Amino acid sequence: MTALPRHRRAMPGFGLTMGLTLTTVCLVVLLPVGALLWQGASAGPAALWDVGSRPRTLSALALSFRLSALAALFNLAFGVLLAWVLVRYRFPGRRIMDAAVDLPFALPTAVAGIALTTLYAPNGAFGALATPFGWRIAYTQAGIFIALVFVGLPFVVRTVQPVLETLDREVEEASATLGASRWTTVRRVILPALLPAALTGFALSLARAVGEYGSVIFIAGNIPLRTEIAPLLIVIQLEEFDYPAAAAIGIAMLAMSFTLLLAINLLQIWTRRRTGDV
Amino acid sequence: MTFASANPAAGPATSERLPVRLALIALACTGLAILVIAPLVVVFAEALRDGWSAALASLGNPDARSAIRLTLTVAAIAVPLNAVFGIAAAWAITKFDFRGKALLITLIDLPFSVSPVVAGLCIVLLFGANSTLGGWLVAQGHPVVFALPGIVLATLFITFPFVARELIPLMIEQGRAEEEAALTLGATGWRTFRTVTLPNIRWALLYGVLLCNARAMGEFGAVAVVSGKIRGQTATMPITIEMLYNEYLSVAAFTLAAVLALLALVTLALKSLLDRQHADQIAAIGQP
Repeated sequence: MTALPRHRRAMPGFGLTMGLTLTTVCLVVLLPVGALLWQGASAGPAALWDVGSRPRTLSALALSFRLSALAALFNLAFGVLLAWVLVRYRFPGRRIMDAAVDLPFALPTAVAGIALTTLYAPNGAFGALATPFGWRIAYTQAGIFIALVFVGLPFVVRTVQPVLETLDREVEEASATLGASRWTTVRRVILPALLPAALTGFALSLARAVGEYGSVIFIAGNIPLRTEIAPLLIVIQLEEFDYPAAAAIGIAMLAMSFTLLLAINLLQIWTRRRTGDV
Repeated sequence: MTFASANPAAGPATSERLPVRLALIALACTGLAILVIAPLVVVFAEALRDGWSAALASLGNPDARSAIRLTLTVAAIAVPLNAVFGIAAAWAITKFDFRGKALLITLIDLPFSVSPVVAGLCIVLLFGANSTLGGWLVAQGHPVVFALPGIVLATLFITFPFVARELIPLMIEQGRAEEEAALTLGATGWRTFRTVTLPNIRWALLYGVLLCNARAMGEFGAVAVVSGKIRGQTATMPITIEMLYNEYLSVAAFTLAAVLALLALVTLALKSLLDRQHADQIAAIGQP
């Protein structure tokens, strides 16, 4: 039997599926995002800069970014620990823990928001523990941090887990045979292998936290210049029908998203090269 | 299996000593309980604070009913549309070679990295009453923003990548050989898809639809911006939770929240069942 000639168009449905795909991408994604950029362009760079340099805008953007970075850092450390425990150890309840990691993905953000607020309010179960020390968690930046940790928690675990599962044990044995202590092996052999995946998870967690709205607004207190996050400021400007101002903040956040998306793609290429996957 | 044993694959030289293992497990479990389990428990505890009858009575409220109806309607429109789109996009991307494929994949993934509020803002700027297109649509009697179409559109945007993203890596790994064989044997394109491709991708499709549905029913930020929050008309379940909570109707807010939390738990249970039973047919190995 001779090999079948490979015709480009032997597979049917290109026109139909491609047409449907492009139409939907245009209608659902490109047109709306284009409308935002158009609004920014027609307002002009001077107007955008005027809005962007207002203290309230700057403080909201800086707050969103700073707390998101802190939350993503926490998730980086705790996520690697969780992935390690879930992959390397066997203990009762491991499967339930593994499933619980996805809870922040599945639980609607408004539900998480009111639950976290109730928990960390001064009379809440965890908030009451902090009150004797004079600490307040809900309605301060600490509350925003906790909400952002919650929404970003699964990312690092889910990027590190598959890499850890396929890590070659022989390398660790070799390291041990050559006289390295367990801690040295972990530090010098295992953690460097996990680094690209962990950083991808960090960037995903950061991207999610910067744009997060639902779980934050309840616990944040929303005091301008102090606990007002950038997405909330967009909503406020929209309610005041100040579309150019809303567009300016929206474009700044879109630029941040694009930068992070680019970083994530580069990190994933690096991860694949490191782990030898296609 | 002894408590806190190391992974069976580990030799003595490649695991930690028992005290270290126990400490790490305790730290991970405590952290997860505080960060993730406690908020879930609070939702149900607060919903049932005044007993079952109070919770159930709050669900009978007309606003709660209309919110549940609206959320189900939005999901019933948005999820099938995204499933059809996801299948079409995965077919076009994995069965053919064309220029600009990477760009197309990036565009499909884009909604994942855009803030829901920015997504809502985009839709308001495009279809709002003071935009050209939106003004015309309002004059025709078809408002988009502050009405059902806007909510559906916002939900479509937010859930856009879910199905396509599950299918694309799997269909790349499965290749084109089986479809080519069916076509060579004389099957039509539609029949090939129905009898060859669909059975191969059904679990991944279900997985994507499941996640898409959970997100569609729970979406808050994007919907909050486009819905106008009109009680009884454009208030979805998450929006109604916010309104009730801000009115200090705690039991009613948490009861509605508990319904969504139950949906999340069912989704997670089905997801981990699929993960365990059909792992090979859900995602290509090595794809995070």
